[in-house]
Amino acid sequence: MAQEAPGEDQRAAGFQALVDADHRLEPRDWLPDRYRSMVLRQIAQHAHSEVIGMQPEGNWITRAPSLRRKAILLAKVQDEAGHGLYLYAAAETLGVAREELVARLHDGRQKYSSIFNYPTRTWADVGAIGWLVDGAAITNQLALTRTSYGPYARAMVRICREESFHQRQGFELLWALARGTEAQRRMAQDAVDRWWWPTLMMFGPPDARSPHTAQSMAWRIKRVSNDELRQRFVDMAVPQAAALGLTLPDPELRWNADRGHHDFGPIDWEEFQRVVGGDGPCNAERLRVHRAAHDDGAWVRAAAAAFAAKHRDPVAVPA
Amino acid sequence: MTAATGPAVGAADRCAYALRLGDDALVLAQRLTEWSAHAPTLEEDLALENIALDLLGQARHLLTYAGAAEGQGRDEDRLAYWRDDGEFCNLQLVEQPNGDFAATMVRQWLFSTYQRLLYLALRASADPDLSAIGERGAKEAAYHLDHAANWVRRLGDGTEESHRRTEAALLGLWPFVAEMFSGDAVEARLVAAGVAVDGRALRPAFDAAVDAVLAEATLSRPEAAFTARGGRSGHHTEHLGHLLAEMQHLHRSHPGASW
Repeated sequence: MAQEAPGEDQRAAGFQALVDADHRLEPRDWLPDRYRSMVLRQIAQHAHSEVIGMQPEGNWITRAPSLRRKAILLAKVQDEAGHGLYLYAAAETLGVAREELVARLHDGRQKYSSIFNYPTRTWADVGAIGWLVDGAAITNQLALTRTSYGPYARAMVRICREESFHQRQGFELLWALARGTEAQRRMAQDAVDRWWWPTLMMFGPPDARSPHTAQSMAWRIKRVSNDELRQRFVDMAVPQAAALGLTLPDPELRWNADRGHHDFGPIDWEEFQRVVGGDGPCNAERLRVHRAAHDDGAWVRAAAAAFAAKHRDPVAVPA
Repeated sequence: MTAATGPAVGAADRCAYALRLGDDALVLAQRLTEWSAHAPTLEEDLALENIALDLLGQARHLLTYAGAAEGQGRDEDRLAYWRDDGEFCNLQLVEQPNGDFAATMVRQWLFSTYQRLLYLALRASADPDLSAIGERGAKEAAYHLDHAANWVRRLGDGTEESHRRTEAALLGLWPFVAEMFSGDAVEARLVAAGVAVDGRALRPAFDAAVDAVLAEATLSRPEAAFTARGGRSGHHTEHLGHLLAEMQHLHRSHPGASW
């Protein structure tokens, strides 16, 4: 007797059992549509963030104040382009091409981390991004090395190694400024003042108000909640700020011995919603630059495709 | 032969020579970084940043060498950030604006063709530091050349538009080619001492390499509308001043600061 194909419910139960057993899911496995779309949304947002993040930091490559710092920053921005590539490749395992993901970024269906909607006004901002923003990213990404979707988890392992390097470089940049001239010290403090709160917002809304958290945790896409990751980050950053000799701009920040964690003041979630919604200082500029580069490059991609077709070049240049 | 290359002999010439090669690399690296986050594909962002990083590394070695040969305590940053445009000795080719992607790739291809030949020959320098710089630089330049020549082929033999843009880039940049092979008294003295490469002797190999790529790219060698000259002795196009203003501004705004 022919065996009946498993029904949707059976497949879903089998899938959940694999997740619960901490099995790494691969593109060939049966995956619920909603799982696919949640993972795709997260990987694509992460890829877009790496690529858009090249803009605020790239803003200082041409003006870096020493050749050594220029080389470090250039290598860092290059790493981000590389992370964007791994992540787009991970997203493509879910059957959506990079060209389509870029189109979704441009028409607003997909987003990038809102942190990159803030401007890099001074050289110290490069240090603050490295120390705080990359520090927050690592906190989040270390948890994601255990995410249930295999291609994403593997990309995270590789990316975390490079990000921890970037964080140390950012810290060291601020360390030099904090021990430099009065103007340099002021520059460092001003950057930390401006980046601290937006960095705490990077972990997303509080768990109680996070729309995707419950399902995402159940499917082990997300392994640790927003609030817990935020707390881990604060606990890590406080002693580092003290070592730098810089102040974190929160009068309520203090050690709570009962909890074994630092307490911190309220986050301005209205600002977060406003910036996510498009009304941040650089939202329009970041997308304009990305669209312009994409549009200006259209003739180059067309030429590569035409050449490949003429010469049967096995390696066509992707869009 | 090595006796003629002791620190006292030809130190000023060796400093000048290293500054020329170092400034070529530094100025072109600076130009390439302007592409960051603006390239036609993410792969190309990565490639241009990678080439810029190699060139920046070469520049740092060469400027450090120049400062040591000069013996007045100038380090790489002192040389990069505190010289005015009249003291830069790069080829005018490398300071030309990026233009479109075709112009950037034609500029890179012409320069890397020249730089690879130069570094290959520099490996035989009697000066061990310059020889080491040539050894490493020749490998890097070979990658840069491979990348740029592939683009010149693709763009030249791609679409009508890419062909037209590449042809225009070639016409615009060809006047800056002759300067690479001009030679002068500093170079001649160092060539005689076995330290430097005779630039003039590289021209036939350059022409042969360029012609081969042009043929595949369905392009032809243009006539130079004029001949750029003077970069090696500090005479530059108007573009270099703007490039340096941007590069040097922050460093010079905080005299004496460490970064």
